Amino acid sequence: MIPGFPNAMPVQGLTGGLLIGLAAALMLLGLGRIAGVSGLAARATGITNAGAPRDVAVAFVLGLPLGALIIAVLTGGITAHFPKSVWPLVIGGLLVGYGTRLGSGCTSGHGVCGLSRLSPRSMVATALFISSGFVTVGLLRAGGGL
Amino acid sequence: MRIVIALASGLLFGAGLAWSGMADPMRVQAFLDLFGNWDPTLVFVMGGAIIPMAIAWIIKGRLSTPLAAPGFELPGTTQLDRPLAAGAILFGMGWGISGLCPGPALADLAIAPLAVLPFVLAMFAGMILHRFFPLKLR
Repeated sequence: MIPGFPNAMPVQGLTGGLLIGLAAALMLLGLGRIAGVSGLAARATGITNAGAPRDVAVAFVLGLPLGALIIAVLTGGITAHFPKSVWPLVIGGLLVGYGTRLGSGCTSGHGVCGLSRLSPRSMVATALFISSGFVTVGLLRAGGGL
Repeated sequence: MRIVIALASGLLFGAGLAWSGMADPMRVQAFLDLFGNWDPTLVFVMGGAIIPMAIAWIIKGRLSTPLAAPGFELPGTTQLDRPLAAGAILFGMGWGISGLCPGPALADLAIAPLAVLPFVLAMFAGMILHRFFPLKLR
């Protein structure tokens, strides 16, 4: 626990982060590719024909919920709180889908793989999407939408 | 072999997301909520993920090929352009509105399938929209 931030989970955050980094390292050193979820999801569904072989993308994308399921079973359940209305999910989903394709990546590809590679494009993208998120949530809070 | 490695990578990734609390959209949104009850957990997740990955990039520099593929296929673009910036800003808006990005959304299909389904469907619709109507930015 961190004083002043009663909800923070620094130890689980760090250890979970290490698992995510190991996953990305396995993709890089094993298959020579970036573990970018938005790109692999687009490839797995056939929305794009560029990128990883289809079977690689499908296997990775199927692994995501299966890995989460294993943790949920081992720990007796994972809590996830969703917005009460469906609209934030629909509007958010459209923006995330369109934006990650236009910007060539999301939190995993730019944030984890690109930052650790010191890629200038990923550093700019990560700074922008985090800032954009700060402003968006700040505006939602100011407008009483949270 | 490549399918086994890809599945293992996805499993580890999904497990890490669930274990770290990132499968909870409210926790992610709380990281973006600087003027509310700010939750710094995501900073630890990013820090934790970057450590093994930074080591992996160093090891990669000493390999001529990956362990189970003919060659490295990595993004080579270095240009900072408008699509990158506009895409990242739109993505950040959607991330803030929903508390979800692609990895946690797909992982949540196992944790809260009905709750996350509208987001996942809308996300793929957004990706399809981009395929047919990509913003032309100069």
